[in-house]
Parts: sequence; C-alpha cells; structure tokens
Amino acid sequence: MLILGIESATGRVGCAVGGHEGVRASVQATRERRHAELLAPQIQAACAHADISLRDLGGVAVDIGPGLYTGLRVGVTTAITMAHALRVPMVAVASLDLVAFPLRHTGRTIAVMIDARRGEVFHARYGCLPGGVQRLTEPEVGVPDHVVSQMLASEDETLVVGDGAVRYASLFEGLRGVELADPGFAHPSAESLVLLAHALAMREEFVRPDEIEPLYLRRPDARAKWTGDGS
Amino acid sequence: MDGGRIVNLPGAIGGATMPVLASDAAILGIETSCDETAAAVVAGGQQVLSSVVSSQVDLHARYGGVVPEVAGRAHTERLVPVMSQALVESALEDSDIAAVAATAGPGLVGALLVGVSAAKALALVWDVPFVAVNHLEAHLHAAFLDEPSLELPVVVILVSGGHTMLVLMEDRLRYRVLGATLDDAAGEAFDKVARYMGLGYPGGPVIDRLSGQGDPDAIAFPRAMLHDGWNFSFAGLKTAVINHLRRHPDATTEDVAASFQEAVADVLVAKARRAAASHNARGLCLAGGVAANSRLREMTLDACTADGLAGYLPSRAMCTDNAAMVAAAAWWRLQADGPSPLTVGADPSLGLPET
Repeated sequence: MLILGIESATGRVGCAVGGHEGVRASVQATRERRHAELLAPQIQAACAHADISLRDLGGVAVDIGPGLYTGLRVGVTTAITMAHALRVPMVAVASLDLVAFPLRHTGRTIAVMIDARRGEVFHARYGCLPGGVQRLTEPEVGVPDHVVSQMLASEDETLVVGDGAVRYASLFEGLRGVELADPGFAHPSAESLVLLAHALAMREEFVRPDEIEPLYLRRPDARAKWTGDGS
Repeated sequence: MDGGRIVNLPGAIGGATMPVLASDAAILGIETSCDETAAAVVAGGQQVLSSVVSSQVDLHARYGGVVPEVAGRAHTERLVPVMSQALVESALEDSDIAAVAATAGPGLVGALLVGVSAAKALALVWDVPFVAVNHLEAHLHAAFLDEPSLELPVVVILVSGGHTMLVLMEDRLRYRVLGATLDDAAGEAFDKVARYMGLGYPGGPVIDRLSGQGDPDAIAFPRAMLHDGWNFSFAGLKTAVINHLRRHPDATTEDVAASFQEAVADVLVAKARRAAASHNARGLCLAGGVAANSRLREMTLDACTADGLAGYLPSRAMCTDNAAMVAAAAWWRLQADGPSPLTVGADPSLGLPET
C-alpha cells in the first residue's frame, strides 16, 4: 500500500511517499513560518520523484504533534482534506514518536524534547524494542528542568534528542550517562512517518479523517486584549 | 454539468495556450480569515449553488472577542465537514469543480492558513487551479450575488470588525480606495462600546436592537472628520461614549446605544454620499458585517433616494463573512490573472489591489 506522509509539527515541513519497499521519495525543508508556502509544492515534487499520482495512494499519514500550532495545522489540514477527497483512510503518529524512532538501535533510553516555546518543551521517554521504540511516558508539556530531573531520578543511560534538547542542551551538559543526540535527528521526519505509518496500516490501525485530532497539550492562550478602560 | 473544466484556446501566439473558464464554471470557495468557517460553490461567478457558514461566535463570546488560537483550532476541526456539506448541497460531483479558491488575506494568519492549505490540497487531488483570494475584494463582489444587475461605478461602504473603507468600484476588478479608518474599524467600535456597557460580544447586533428603543438624538456624540477628506476615525467616538457613561452612570442604555449608532452611520453615509457626487457614481453599496446594521441600511437608502442614486444593500448572509463571495471573486480573478501558484501563503495584512 502506498502512503503519503505529511509532517509539519516543528520548524521543519515535509512529506514522503512509500510503501512496503520503504520510502520512495521525500522532500523536506527546515524554514520556519513557511510551511503553507512549501508543503503543496513538496507534495507535487515527491509524487513526481516517486512517479506516482495522488490517486495511487492507499492512505495518508500525518504527524499530529505536539508541536508549533500554526505550522502543525498546515500539515493536519492538508492531510485530512486530501484523505477525505481521495476517500482513503488515515494513520496518525505523534511527533515525539517520530523523533525517537530513528534512534531505535541505540539500546539506551531516549528522552525526546520538542521546543514548545514560552520556556517549555513537549517531551516523552522511550525504550528500545527490536525494530522500534516504546513509550515509557506519555507526551506532556512542561519546563525542560522537569525532564532533567526525570533523567537525574533514573539510572538509565539516556540519549536526549529533539529541537528542544538542542535549545536547552546546557541544562543537561555534564550529567552522568546523558548524551545529546546529533542535531541531524532533532526534527521529526516524513520518512520515519511513512515507515511507521506503513507498519500501522498493515495492522489496519487506521483512523477516519474526521477522527484526526492534533495533540495540542495546551489550552489556547485566550487573554482578552482589551481591558475595557477605553485605551 | 460538464462545462466546469478549464479549456484551452488553440491558436494563441507562439503556440502557447491561454486558459479560459467556461462561463458556467463552478468554483469551490473557502473562507477562514476570522471566526467563520465557510465553504460555497458558485457557478459562473454568479449563481450560488450552495453556501455553508459555521460561525464560531459562541466559542469567542466568553473572551469578549476573537481569540486567534481558538479560531485556528475550530477551523481545523470544522472545515472538512463544512466543505463536504457545501459540495453535497451544490448537487455537483467533485469532478464538476473547475477550481478551488480560498481567502489568503487579510485576516488572522493562523486562521487563513487552514483555508489556504485545504484549498491547495483539493486543487492537487482534483488537478484543478488554486486561486488565492483577497478577502476585501471578495466583500466587494458580494453585492453582485444578490444584485446581478448592479450598475457601476458605485461607492462601496466596506465596514466590518476589521475594516472600514470607502471604495470607488469602477469595474469588477478595478477600484480605488478613497479612504479608510485611521484607528478603530467601525465594527471594532461597536464591540468595544458594547463591552464597556456590559452588553457582551459581538456588539453590533445588540446595539442595533437596543437602539430601536432609544433616542438617536439624545446625546450629540462627535462625528470625527465629517467634512474633511475620505478617511474615518472612530477611536474618539468610542472614548466619548465611555466618558459620557462615566459622567452619567444613570444614562439610559438605549439612548446611549442609539446615539452612538447614529454617529457611526452618520459619518459613513455622509462621506459615501459626498464621494458618490464627486466621482459621478451611480449608486451606493454596502459590504461587510456592519452592513447588516439596520440604521446604516436605512440611512443609506434615504441618502440614495434624496440624491437619485441606486442603493445596493446585500442580504445579511452576503454582508457577513461567507465563501460564496470568495468563489465569485475567484471566478473573475482566474479569468484575469490565471491560477495562483501553490507557493502562495497567507498574508494577514494584504491590502486591496488598486488599479
């Protein structure tokens, strides 16, 4: 089954096409606040490189976050609209899972931190399994110090990864048994999305487009801007 | 209906072909610039086959105004069902849609991006052109959907929560902004005054309703720049209302509402009338959410009768944000400029393209 994976949860935006033989084509760019401009041309290019038409797709996969809300919604909206129009099922994968997945051979505990702005990170911890990773904690939002204290409390050798880990690297520098993964692994990738989504699709773990819900993990910031004093 | 597709005219210079739209081409329009999630199918830029609007006003009311992140989340959740309903109600098949259009600005960037992303996705799947539409231009086209025989040139009073401008519309895609507000938009003034008076959000409908029982001449609120140019200013009026309420805590709410509304409508209509005379316009036209205000409509009609002008007052559904006006404007833009590139993003501060 051919799957289009769409990923836009962080400063990176991209897509990939693949199936049982792996990833056939992928296009990605790391340019903040340009997700909407980049994504549709990227989808055209990926399909052209893979030599397929959108009509050949058997499913659409999407990174549902957590991540930066406006960019995340560009990918989620594009994916659910395409799946609905193509009348194909969807696969939803969390951004933190996508960041952990490429490090599945490390053998260590993986701590993923995605920059949530406002001094916070989205984070989760993972253990390695043959062929994949398994969540040890569920995705949460919090201050990076919280993740550091989790690492201090644990005896595990830990690999820390994600754009949040890069940003707050100084907080865990020198901690025993803790290492920062290469910044090349810092963003979720559309290629990992297609690989994970294909495995989920083989198990028929599909969702309908109307069941897709972004993982925001925070309530909307809704302070009234006008105080009523006439200013 | 099979006339929906772009057809190529053979014989253009150098072997190139120029796309033209079939006259009854159906366009799916999408509007998500603020707090309405809307989709519509319009044939030939004129015939509204369906128009679906899902208002988020209840979600924002408790905050006393539109919260951008709340709007973005609601658009993401609602847009696909709204688009599906618009297609079903149009009785067309997906393959009958000749182009997909979305508002690309001005508006809230996080809200605009939802509609733009969905429109591009459909354009890719259906292999049809994508058209990025200017929200203000769409408002200018709304009146034509109710009044196909609208005679140009007209002076348009474009008034909403985000915009207040006087536009001379000479042709479908040819217009000039004569003036605009220097501070608050008219709708913003309604919202702020209503909030100060404890009337809730949105302010327009409730002030309109209360004004019906009040005396519009009870308080002489200022008419800023009434005889001076084509620009507007409503911040001083808002402050005058608040100061009046502070000095007269026992003032009758209905009288304050009616006097405030009278001052807003007075300035808008007086300037539009003067603009029509000096530019030889044939009529006055209302557009935007505040155009639903009953006193503004009444005054506009009275002015037209007195000056021998045609008065075009679109229905409430066409005044407020909707996607039919987006699909209509897109039909004209597609003919004039061709499809928009898929690299277009949202522009929160997009201005009206003047010619």
